[in-house]
Amino acid sequence: MAFGGVDFLGIDDMLSPDELAVRELVRDFVESDILPIIEECAWEGRFPRELVPRMAALNLFGATISEYGLPGLGNVAYGLIMQELERGDSGIRSFASVQSALVMYPIYSYGSKAQKDRWIPALGKGEAIGCFGLTEPDFGSNPGGMRTAARKDGDSWVLNGSKAWITNGSIADVAVVWAKVGGPDGKVRGFLVEKGTSGFTTSEHRMKMSLRASVTSQLAFQDCRVGADALLPGVEGLKGPLSCLNQARYGIAWGGIGSAMATYTAALDYARSRKQFGDRPIASHQMVQEKLAFMISEITKGQLLALRLGRMKDAGTLKPEHVSLGKRNNVWVARECARLAREILGANGIAGEYPVFRHLANIESVFTYEGTHDIHTLVLGQAVTGIPSYNPPAP
Amino acid sequence: MNHIVCLAYVPDTETKIKIGADGKSIDESDVKWIVSPYDEYALEEAIKTKETKGGTVTVVTFGPAKADVGLRECLARGANEAVRIAADGLAQVDSLGVAKLLAAAIKPMPFDVLWLGNKGVGTDAQTLVPMLAEFLDLPHVNLVTKLEWKDGAVTCWREIEGAKEVVETPLPALIAAQKGLNEPRYASLKGIMAAKKKTIAVKTPADLGVDVAAVSGDKAAVRWTKLELPPARQAVKLIPADDPAKAAEELLRLLRDEAKVL
Ligand SMILES: Cc1cc2nc3c(=O)[nH]c(=O)nc-3n(C[C@H](O)[C@H](O)[C@H](O)COP(=O)(O)OP(=O)(O)OC[C@H]3O[C@@H](n4cnc5c(N)ncnc54)[C@H](O)[C@@H]3O)c2cc1C
Repeated sequence: MAFGGVDFLGIDDMLSPDELAVRELVRDFVESDILPIIEECAWEGRFPRELVPRMAALNLFGATISEYGLPGLGNVAYGLIMQELERGDSGIRSFASVQSALVMYPIYSYGSKAQKDRWIPALGKGEAIGCFGLTEPDFGSNPGGMRTAARKDGDSWVLNGSKAWITNGSIADVAVVWAKVGGPDGKVRGFLVEKGTSGFTTSEHRMKMSLRASVTSQLAFQDCRVGADALLPGVEGLKGPLSCLNQARYGIAWGGIGSAMATYTAALDYARSRKQFGDRPIASHQMVQEKLAFMISEITKGQLLALRLGRMKDAGTLKPEHVSLGKRNNVWVARECARLAREILGANGIAGEYPVFRHLANIESVFTYEGTHDIHTLVLGQAVTGIPSYNPPAP
Repeated sequence: MNHIVCLAYVPDTETKIKIGADGKSIDESDVKWIVSPYDEYALEEAIKTKETKGGTVTVVTFGPAKADVGLRECLARGANEAVRIAADGLAQVDSLGVAKLLAAAIKPMPFDVLWLGNKGVGTDAQTLVPMLAEFLDLPHVNLVTKLEWKDGAVTCWREIEGAKEVVETPLPALIAAQKGLNEPRYASLKGIMAAKKKTIAVKTPADLGVDVAAVSGDKAAVRWTKLELPPARQAVKLIPADDPAKAAEELLRLLRDEAKVL
């Protein structure tokens, strides 16, 4: 039976016909192209690269951009894409997030015309893959401490340093790399580094237990020389990478709901058909119902939250702390739903015939990346108290 | 070359059909609606042909307002225009009535090929294709799985019992698609955004000069008097196969004594 969505509160009534059409399109794609192969991919630790041209043909990359022949979707429609992709798999959603929000967005917003002309069409068509290098082995939650440095040398820039945990790193044709210019206290700037540039190497993180259908890599720069035209001219400081993350995190607020829909639906179907203690489905037990009631309540609240964020984003009133609220809450919802679904499925909760354990493992990555749950807690804390506790002012 | 594609907006083939309270209609409350799969083959072929030979594709349906969603999907895939004959509030219209309505809507439109699916997956009546061809005085070729365009004509490969028949028809003609004709494309997001800007021309039966009362409800030539679901499937009986000889004996006994098929 095809996935009919989860809409306890009739929230579909708040979506426009084209938003619904976008969701149906991506939902069908997930159903026919992702779900049949994804369990196998995750098991083998393989990113299904064959999906890239198909996703590009649907215009899933850079969908909010309206130049360069891209569709110019509103933010709710964009969010629905992320929701549906993550209903399939967080790794596939991560690929699309990185390509769109972390690579196309900065090139489109901060790039020169030549940079845009070169990369936006290719990335949109899936002919080129991008990655976003911010995190370093020693700097995750605190990217401002980064050590990767760029030094001007005549007409070129020379990069030195390393990046860790970079989605798409070793399959990327272009890396958006954030580096400091002018020493440890210098300004963070963005650079476009192409695959194959001498002094630039990548290696994959092995033995990942989560997001196994996605490539995660280390990037190393050793006297890596790029042209003056590799610099993203339009932005300076941490604002550059943080503005990108803000885009991606907004999508993750929707993605979390997609993951939760997948585990909730699996749990509900299972609870209705699995019988224990006589001829009663386990769904008839109060403790099982409590779990399902919790899931549907949190999913519904999360849907409303994501939708509100989308409308605010379209209206230009969305602030970073609102996005933190959405990312933090909805990934938590996904994580709780995955855990409860796994309980409801009993032994099958750990089996690959059901999507639950894959989502359960995947969501651990999502919980940590794009600002950990706790870091977003602190963003909210600062928003309401005015005191930045992760980097408190001197007493 | 200009194309018109007639399509039906029908319950998803995976829908669990429930019968309505009146016992002769389906309960539409939890139904997901889709463009009938056979019509999708027809649409895909029309769009493909347009892409190589130029022209336009117009999609036409007879349906209620919710069928606009299906028409928009067709626009998003590449159709140029869409027409809906409004079925809102009408009593049930049978295939003959639908053929009359479609014929009235199509008659004033110029076209080279009129496309249909060989059947809708809704009621599976399979009568619309020849009736519509008759009303429009067109040659028709049904169950087509392959085409070859010529000047002012087309060669069609059609499926017949155990063989393929190759026929040629002059244009304009009605061609009805069979599974296997092509692999329908997805829409794209760009297509959806472009479709958003188009208007669907809505016509009532009165606009088309069709007396719908004469072909619907009690006046329809074919009326649904009762709907019944197929009997629920019986529980499966598993025969333990530890001892194959014994299992075969048990199977024979069951087939003879219980199923009474031997
Ligand atoms: C699968 C995957 C893909 C990724 N993809 C990318 C990518 O494409 N690009 C990229 O740049 N990065 C990527 N990352 C990196 C990710 O963004 C970082 O892992 C994340 O920012 C957390 O950094 P960390 O792992 O160094 O944890 P740390 O920052 O070391 O944090 C460890 C723990 O300490 C807590 N903590 C840290 N500081 C504070 C504080 N001040 N107060 C309270 N608690 C604190 C954190 O909440 C966390 O619980 C990816 C990570 C994963 C797992």
